[in-house]
Amino acid sequence: MSETGIGASVKRLEDYRFLTGRGTYTDDINQPGQTHAYILRSPHAHATINSIDTSAAAAAPGVVAIFTGADMEVGSLPCGWQIHNKDGSPMAEPGHPPLAQGKVRHVGDQVAVVIAETLAQARSAAELIEVDYSELPAVVDMNKALAGGTLVHDDVADNLCYDWELGDEGEVDKAIAGAHHVTEIDIVNNRLIPNAMEPRAAIGSFDRATGEYTLYTTSQNPHVIRLLMGAFVLQIPEHKLRIVAPDVGGGFGSKIYHYAEEAIVTWAAPKVGRPIKWTADRSESFITDAHGRDHITNVKLALDESGKFLALKVNTKANMGAYLSTFATCVPTYLYATLLAGVYTTPVIYAGVKAIFTNTTPVDAYRGAGRPEASYLIERVVDRAAREMGIPQDEIRRKNFIPRDAFPYQTPVALEYDSGDYEATLNSAMKNADVDGFAARKAASEAKGKLRGLGYSTYVEACGIAPSAVVGSLGARAGLFESANVRVNPTGSVTIFTGSHSHGQGHETTFAQLVSETLGLPLDQVEISHGDTNKVAFGMGTYGSRSLAVGGEAMMKAMNKIIDKSKKIAAHVLEAAEADIEFKDGKFTVAGTDKEMTFGEVALTAYVPHNFPHDTLEPGLEEQAFYDPMNFTYPGGCHIVEVEVDPDTGVVKVDRVTASDDVGRVINPMIVAGQTHGGLAQGIGQALLEGCIYDDNGQLLTGSYMDYTMPRADDLPNFSTSNEVTLCAHNSLGVKGVGETGAIGSPPAVINAIVDALSGLGVTDISMPATPQKVWQAIQGAKAAAE
Amino acid sequence: MSQIHVTTKINGDTTEYLCDPEETLLDVLRDRLALTGAKEGCGTGDCGACSVTVDGRLVCSCLTLGAEADGCEIDTIEGMADGEKLHPLQQKFLEHAALQCGICTPGILVAAKSLLEKNPSPTEEEARYWLAGNLCRCTGYDKIIRAVMDAAEEMRRAS
Repeated sequence: MSETGIGASVKRLEDYRFLTGRGTYTDDINQPGQTHAYILRSPHAHATINSIDTSAAAAAPGVVAIFTGADMEVGSLPCGWQIHNKDGSPMAEPGHPPLAQGKVRHVGDQVAVVIAETLAQARSAAELIEVDYSELPAVVDMNKALAGGTLVHDDVADNLCYDWELGDEGEVDKAIAGAHHVTEIDIVNNRLIPNAMEPRAAIGSFDRATGEYTLYTTSQNPHVIRLLMGAFVLQIPEHKLRIVAPDVGGGFGSKIYHYAEEAIVTWAAPKVGRPIKWTADRSESFITDAHGRDHITNVKLALDESGKFLALKVNTKANMGAYLSTFATCVPTYLYATLLAGVYTTPVIYAGVKAIFTNTTPVDAYRGAGRPEASYLIERVVDRAAREMGIPQDEIRRKNFIPRDAFPYQTPVALEYDSGDYEATLNSAMKNADVDGFAARKAASEAKGKLRGLGYSTYVEACGIAPSAVVGSLGARAGLFESANVRVNPTGSVTIFTGSHSHGQGHETTFAQLVSETLGLPLDQVEISHGDTNKVAFGMGTYGSRSLAVGGEAMMKAMNKIIDKSKKIAAHVLEAAEADIEFKDGKFTVAGTDKEMTFGEVALTAYVPHNFPHDTLEPGLEEQAFYDPMNFTYPGGCHIVEVEVDPDTGVVKVDRVTASDDVGRVINPMIVAGQTHGGLAQGIGQALLEGCIYDDNGQLLTGSYMDYTMPRADDLPNFSTSNEVTLCAHNSLGVKGVGETGAIGSPPAVINAIVDALSGLGVTDISMPATPQKVWQAIQGAKAAAE
Repeated sequence: MSQIHVTTKINGDTTEYLCDPEETLLDVLRDRLALTGAKEGCGTGDCGACSVTVDGRLVCSCLTLGAEADGCEIDTIEGMADGEKLHPLQQKFLEHAALQCGICTPGILVAAKSLLEKNPSPTEEEARYWLAGNLCRCTGYDKIIRAVMDAAEEMRRAS
């Protein structure tokens, strides 16, 4: 292994600028002549707009322009995935105007934009806008929404976006009816607010000389924004629209989507003739960044007398919020129900999913997206079944694992897992968690009046999103390939243009390691360029843990083309047959001789082609590749969490977190560990701290950091993470993806640990987030029931 | 409304600026002085991304007025390295990869430096408690805490 190639813990190349305060995030950019936008938002969850009077505001100091929905009649913010109902009809797909058209449907819905010389002036002027609303009843609860009455969209009956299913319900019901034991739980997967620490921002500008629009935006996928906004919302052709996503301060899914503000500042820029900057304040982030999760599910697991799983049935209601965000519809279907086999051989599975509109912020993919919801219900129902049947937690899992020699394994829910070894990750997690020492630790806790519990979660996910053919057949309106362009500069350095986007993942390092390994170059000869549609040919961006498995593979493909072309050049210069040229350690050698050219010499020759045979050898050394994967990738593993509960206060202390994950080949172990840590923190946050709460009128009660509990440094322990490796069977690097595993595997481990701690009192369930109040009440309830 | 003339010292350099009475120190640093290392993560003092020190005291610059800085010494992330030589905390953050997207990193470094000035030998629990005012959504804090503890040890050895 080289010190800079695959498998090395190379220090992150991007870190110097971040550590010295020299990162360039969207809000750090100011353009000459820039104006500032403030968005006037609906204070009501549901209301008709009778009139908007902007006259006083327009006369306020510094105001440049004010626009409302009446001015901005453009295309709808599009949804990228069409789901079909059980009966084959398409889902309900109501419009989503960037500025409200006569009606507002959630608190924070955009009503008007004020553009002024300063942000303070824009904000002050917005207070002078008189909006005459007629407030309507709001519908927040999914069950009430399904009952009809109040409609979020007049033309969507019962607020039902779609009623979708996967699997044979009759067959599953039959298996359940004949089973020795059935475990049933009602599960809530709590709604979360992503809270990337960088608020969203956008700067729109228009160059009248060239007719080119430029949008700087906090996006995980600038080309996708160019396509969606250009083609569907504003009708700007792609060659006149440049999108730049510079340094981006975290995304976690919330910066995938095309948001109204991006369209507003771009659309308005030529109208005011100056650049327009908008930056969300944190309150706006809370009410307008797409939220995550928010499922309610009934799950039944049928088992035979030995504890072998016979069937799994789930019925899920999934909250879409007030409008369909870009990928919202695929989250509770193809990213969720297709994972319901988990790591087990359950032979028959049925999922029924109803997606429902409510007067709340749109919900979309958030770190894990559908897969955390699947793993949570599976691992909760397995935990419960094991308790009911008196089977140890590791044993019930081993009994039902897909064996390591069964891959490729076709699940009953459409996916074919290519590789995995769930015994290996369970064994290593149990060893690293010192499960053998748990009894002694539990006794020590009891001696001081505390309760201790151990929780397991064994999970699999599908990422590396995704094969275009597969997602296309499932309703995706886009392909999900990735592109890479490898430019070898005349003096031998390499610039790689990738369609993946880094917003914390460390791509500038991991991708450079691929180049170093493949082309034999030192890291300082490699530059990774991303995030600018005028530099990168095309890209589908970064989400679904796809950057390495899809974007990295595109790079490998392009680099192999570079090697092929270089061999042609070397063969010509060294007067040898192309087939005799070997490439190793950055040198092209004629096999069996000492004749060689360095990579740099080949590069220079490519650009100084004084004697190239022009009919067979082109000058230059630059290659483009697109890579579309054969299958999803399937990281999996085991998370074990140990908690100590104070029965007097209900406070849960997370004492040990152990994760053993199989993410395929690891390129940079230090970066992989960091990605795992971040996912674990978000998973533990969901399980213990975070919960988005609306009141019955659709007002967000958890709209600030005083109300929405983010995991802080004193809430978490250090983590034990390790990797077991089975290689992905269908990509050249053998990589699977690590961005989401922590958030997918950990929540059920936390809750199972709390249930374990409280099981002696008779507690069988606790819902997320397991706040001290909830835990204390569960303890009191169990005590009362026992008396 | 007339602007206020402020004379202050930022990262050791005497600096003068005019600011509006209601303008925060964060906005002055970012928009008037182009020191964009401090970030606005919340504007309410809950996230610590805007952390700077005023006369050695750790503050949220989003809750401090620009006018208050008159006659004070301000230290920001931009002044933490000695030229190209990173501060031990910055060096340890690099070695541990104690950052991901980088947006909270300046605030966390400023806060950690303030901790080690007050308490050169913090326990892990003390470090976690001190840094609980700084939100990071990427790292889960594990590597941050390890890097701070490692830097503290190195700084003690060097002193």
